[in-house]
Amino acid sequence: MRDMLFHLLFVWYPYVCLGFFVVGSLFRFERDQYSWRASSSQLLRRRQFIIGSNLFHFGILFLFVGHFVGLLTPTWLYTKLITIEQKQMIAITAGGIAGVVCFVGLTMLLHRRLFDPRIRITSTTMDMAILTILWVQLALGLVTLPYSLQHSDGETMLKLSHWAQGVLTLEPNVDNYLKGLEWPYLAHLVLGMTIFLLFPFSRLVHIWSAPVGYLGRKGYQIVRTSRPQRQSAVAGSSQRSR
Amino acid sequence: MKIRAQIAMVLNLDKCIGCHTCSVTCKNVWTNREGMEYAWFNNVETKPGIGYPKDWENQKRWNGGWVRKSNGKLQPKIGSKWRVLAKIFANPDLPEIDDYYEPFTFDYEHLQKTPELEASPTARPRSLITGKRMEKIEWGPNWEEILGGEFSKRSADYNFEGVQKEIYGQFENTFMMYLPRLCEHCLNPACVAACPSGAIYKREEDGIVLIDQDKCRGWRMCVSGCPYKKIYFNWSSGKSEKCILCYPRIEAGQPTVCSETCVGRIRYLGVVLYDADRIEAAASVLDEKALYEAQLSVFLNPRDPEIISQARADGVPESWLEAARRSPIWKMAMEWKVAFPLHPEYRTLPMVWYVPPLSPIQSAAEAGKMGSDGEMPDVRSLRIPLRYLANLLTAGNEEPVAQALERMLAMRSYMRAKTIDGVIDDAIARRVGLKANQIEDMYQVMAIANYEDRFVIPTTHRELGEDTYDLRGSCGFTFGGDCSDGRTADVNMFGGRNKAPKRTTETV
Repeated sequence: MRDMLFHLLFVWYPYVCLGFFVVGSLFRFERDQYSWRASSSQLLRRRQFIIGSNLFHFGILFLFVGHFVGLLTPTWLYTKLITIEQKQMIAITAGGIAGVVCFVGLTMLLHRRLFDPRIRITSTTMDMAILTILWVQLALGLVTLPYSLQHSDGETMLKLSHWAQGVLTLEPNVDNYLKGLEWPYLAHLVLGMTIFLLFPFSRLVHIWSAPVGYLGRKGYQIVRTSRPQRQSAVAGSSQRSR
Repeated sequence: MKIRAQIAMVLNLDKCIGCHTCSVTCKNVWTNREGMEYAWFNNVETKPGIGYPKDWENQKRWNGGWVRKSNGKLQPKIGSKWRVLAKIFANPDLPEIDDYYEPFTFDYEHLQKTPELEASPTARPRSLITGKRMEKIEWGPNWEEILGGEFSKRSADYNFEGVQKEIYGQFENTFMMYLPRLCEHCLNPACVAACPSGAIYKREEDGIVLIDQDKCRGWRMCVSGCPYKKIYFNWSSGKSEKCILCYPRIEAGQPTVCSETCVGRIRYLGVVLYDADRIEAAASVLDEKALYEAQLSVFLNPRDPEIISQARADGVPESWLEAARRSPIWKMAMEWKVAFPLHPEYRTLPMVWYVPPLSPIQSAAEAGKMGSDGEMPDVRSLRIPLRYLANLLTAGNEEPVAQALERMLAMRSYMRAKTIDGVIDDAIARRVGLKANQIEDMYQVMAIANYEDRFVIPTTHRELGEDTYDLRGSCGFTFGGDCSDGRTADVNMFGGRNKAPKRTTETV
């Protein structure tokens, strides 16, 4: 029974979550783009927002990139530069600092969302749920730090990255990598996958729309026309509507 | 040269009576929805005052509009593209809703349901955001109505710059005027430039600036970018919204709701032709005081045969060229030069222009000195300081405003001579650089202001660019998301709030 659950959670559940993440996002973008937004509450209350949101976002972006690179870079690649032990120390230090920064910001935001009447009343259930889940997930991530410090050989880190890479390369029975890991790691993994599952149903979809393309926009102005276009009529910045 | 047409507006402030019919009809049509209660696409401010949102003209605080960099290039005042993205997590230049006002309603129901009491029942205010009781309303959409509030607060008005404002706090010297404001549908819109998603755009065929509600991601940079603070963040839908110049009506050749319902007949709508290639140069002129003249240079004479043939080549329909020739906007802005852009120093090239108001002569003694010989009073002795109007309309350049006021006074003298004394006094017209027939035309358009003189709006030729076959079964006009309203559906998979905030009536 225990093994069965373990198998479901770490072999099948990742695919369920990834499936919802990708298909759900596409579906929402196609069918209900009007609901696709960052849902900022800054207008309603500035207090606690400027600092909280900046700390949270810079922290979590760093953590996201860290997890992405850390879990998915093949071992043979980074061992050409650093040892496994060194990598784990970098992960613990950098991740720890970013985690604390993010945690402080997220706590401010969560406090604001739950206890500021304006924000509380105008929040959807999902707004509050996703923020709480992120907070718990971040707390779990920070809880793993002392465990990681106890085994500085990088063995746990290797197990986790083998599992993540195994999932993406469709390796069978990837749950074997995770056998015997301490509970905070496993909880962090399950909740992390759940965030992917909830992603398309929450405000998190705004991550897909990070407007980096703005930096590449030629000039500043955008003109749309509903007239039939002559060759390359309006210089550079024009778009056709519909 | 790239010729485009724009539907522009002129408001004759000389005739605005501050009745707010424009604001109310606009609100009833466009912003009477959850999340937009605080937003007024059109509002009427009493000047002098700090306005709505508070202090909106103070760009040192809000960083709206454009700045000219030392290399002569323009950049949004909120910063370069990198700076804009760096502010995306928390925008330090965004007003809080209290800078507008916390929207409220009253417990009207209580008046009807209350049992017999010794004291008469009252309807106490309730917040439209939280639904909770508001003990005190601190600010409203029109808090400074007819000089409400202390002068010390109202005098923070940015337009007092260079004016000895202390004396205007005295009862005998005080002055006021109304300023109806809506989106300027600029030629060089800073909101478009500030939008990281590229969701805001200007329509080529009529110049209306719109926010694509599907593409808007709610990064809220446009709210800061717009120096007029005429983009509003809908806290319910999470998207920004703005005045759409009633485009469904404009496309059908009808005036906007605010113009149609204007009791004082102060609003004019018409076509102007402009050269899109000259916009950048005109907006980048070094001297702020020259920006008004620079903007005039962007407009093109619709009677010039060369312009007409180029406009045809650029796809401007014939009916629009005809409308441009009859445009009341062209007459007031270009021919008589009595209309001016609002704060040209923001470098956005706004397309809603204003005729400055005349005001009573400063002192009774001086008024007595003015003979009945038709000699015109000095516009500098009008009650509203010339510098104040110039700060509002020409970046502080007093001469054009003085000329406009003189022409308006001349129109009155001329018509008085004509109708009362039966004399056609050409000299009056000549003194202000106009011809007699121009003065009569001015009188017809600005004083009589018949409907067909105020609104010369050609219909949009949708048949040129749109195949109606593709539109079958579509939703028609909605507030975004086509058939989806994103937020108010009974069942919403994607995180919309299903219920409006509870507004249970508490006992008062």
